[in-house]
Amino acid sequence: MLILTCPYCGIRCDETELAPGGEAHLKRFGPGSTDEAFEAYLFERENPMGVHFERWRHAYGCGRWFLAARDTVTLEVFGTYKAQMPEPPEEIVAAIRARRPEWEGRA
Amino acid sequence: MRRYSAFAIAREALRHHQGWERAWRSPEPKKRYKVIVIGAGGHGLATAYYLGKNHGIRDIAVLDKGWLGGGNTGRNTTIIRSNYLQDPSAAIYEKARSLYETFSLDLNYNGMFSPRGVLMLAQTHHEVRGYQRTAHANALQGVETEFVGPERVKEIVPIINIEGPRYPVLGGLWQPRGGTARHDAIAWGYARACSGMGMDIIQKCAVTGVRSEGGKVTGVTTTRGDIDCEKLAIVVAGHSGHLADMAGFRLPIESVALQALVSEPIKPCMDCVVMANTVHGYMSQSDKGEMVIGGGADGHNNYTQRGSFLHVEETVRALVETFPMISRLKMLRQWGGIVDMTGDRSPILSKTPLGNCFINCGWGTGGFKAIPGSGWAMAELVAKGEPGPLAAEFGLDRFREGRFIDESVAAGVAH
Ligand SMILES: Cc1cc2nc3c(=O)[nH]c(=O)nc-3n(C[C@H](O)[C@H](O)[C@H](O)COP(=O)(O)OP(=O)(O)OC[C@H]3O[C@@H](n4cnc5c(N)ncnc54)[C@H](O)[C@@H]3O)c2cc1C
Ligand SMILES: [Zn+2]
Repeated sequence: MLILTCPYCGIRCDETELAPGGEAHLKRFGPGSTDEAFEAYLFERENPMGVHFERWRHAYGCGRWFLAARDTVTLEVFGTYKAQMPEPPEEIVAAIRARRPEWEGRA
Repeated sequence: MRRYSAFAIAREALRHHQGWERAWRSPEPKKRYKVIVIGAGGHGLATAYYLGKNHGIRDIAVLDKGWLGGGNTGRNTTIIRSNYLQDPSAAIYEKARSLYETFSLDLNYNGMFSPRGVLMLAQTHHEVRGYQRTAHANALQGVETEFVGPERVKEIVPIINIEGPRYPVLGGLWQPRGGTARHDAIAWGYARACSGMGMDIIQKCAVTGVRSEGGKVTGVTTTRGDIDCEKLAIVVAGHSGHLADMAGFRLPIESVALQALVSEPIKPCMDCVVMANTVHGYMSQSDKGEMVIGGGADGHNNYTQRGSFLHVEETVRALVETFPMISRLKMLRQWGGIVDMTGDRSPILSKTPLGNCFINCGWGTGGFKAIPGSGWAMAELVAKGEPGPLAAEFGLDRFREGRFIDESVAAGVAH
């Protein structure tokens, strides 16, 4: 069972309390961008085997969106942080590096 | 390759079954092939088979990191249907379904295709309208389906509870020529036929890199050495994003876990497949008597072939409501596979940014039914370098051009 801590209310949430929201930190493109950039923003995903940053919503709790860093191969959770962060915060990156020295950073 | 026949069984019975030959060879990889297919699941093997059968290309290696058919092909619940809404989908799935009808004869291998009928329940008014529309679309596409009322549903499936507490059954989309097949046998049948045509199926051979030069693939790096090729076909389902990464491009795909379970065997009680998409569950009965059960996919990326328990719970809850008689059945086994989900829930059969590299993926939760048709269309794409009519609409460029083949609106659970 996947358990994530909501960074707003501090509650350790069982997966049944959460709604998944896909890849995090997508750079948004809109009118005026190239077709390639718009397509990549809408559809192309990193889908890595390993460290993944993703969006979750504390759906049956405070209702707010937050972000999580998780490993898609071991299901290890490195940490969660607020959705307002444009990049994973330092302590999350450090937690990942401690466990995955070979990790090359966000693609 | 010796043919299987009633005569062969009699002959072998007389000599203590000592004369059966291995169904396929396990050769060492050669240095170079005309075509390398990565992935010995149903789609990869069918691609190789039709490259040989329809296009005369037999200098082929099919590589798999595990054992053949050990991916989603050997983990799926084998529902076969072609009652799709969109024309390109109906065309390729109906091609596949019709090839399943003659699979055993064509390949001299018992695929156990059982056209027992597939019933998709309509449990909301939205679904009633949706399936009525699909039935009309199917009539135009030449796919035999019919929208039936609740009384007919009860006739087809006597064990169903049409007056369920949450979502009473309002009707259903019935495809009498849909059904199931034996998943392993489909992979094994193609593998045997490919091996018989002189192709090499190389198991326990993981591709770890794709080598390219000047925008063209020259070969692959594997755990069993470098192998060169003139053309490369990537057919690895849940691992497509990983392979695309090796080849240097990205896909509109996310990999998630989908689970299934089977019950203890019971006496025959249901002779068709029933899908209940609103409540998220579907069920059929295997020849051994087990109830074969599946439901919705997880919502988060995962490569572990283990899914979340909450979906098992959701599925079982839905089915107990639909079939109250199963409420005390014990479940024997539960497992998962990693499925490759695209934005529009339709597959990808496409050229790639690398000129001689082609990809077949995105079948997600529902590609077993497509195996023969997909292999047929993919072989044409690889052989000619351009898609034929079956594959044309499924190119990667549709995401840029907004030409989606939107089946996700047509069915919430798309097995
Ligand atoms: C639980 C479950 C239930 C399903 N139910 C149905 C259903 O009822 N009806 C239906 O139509 N579909 C169903 N599906 C979907 C169906 O199983 C798949 O769409 C289909 O089997 C995909 O076949 P494939 O050949 O593309 O992939 P796979 O069978 O997964 O084959 C891909 C192969 O690629 C290999 N591979 C991966 N990476 C590498 C590498 N680096 N090097 C070498 N080899 C590699 C893997 O080992 C694997 O054998 C279900 C799936 C699941 C998981
Ligand atoms: Zn919260």
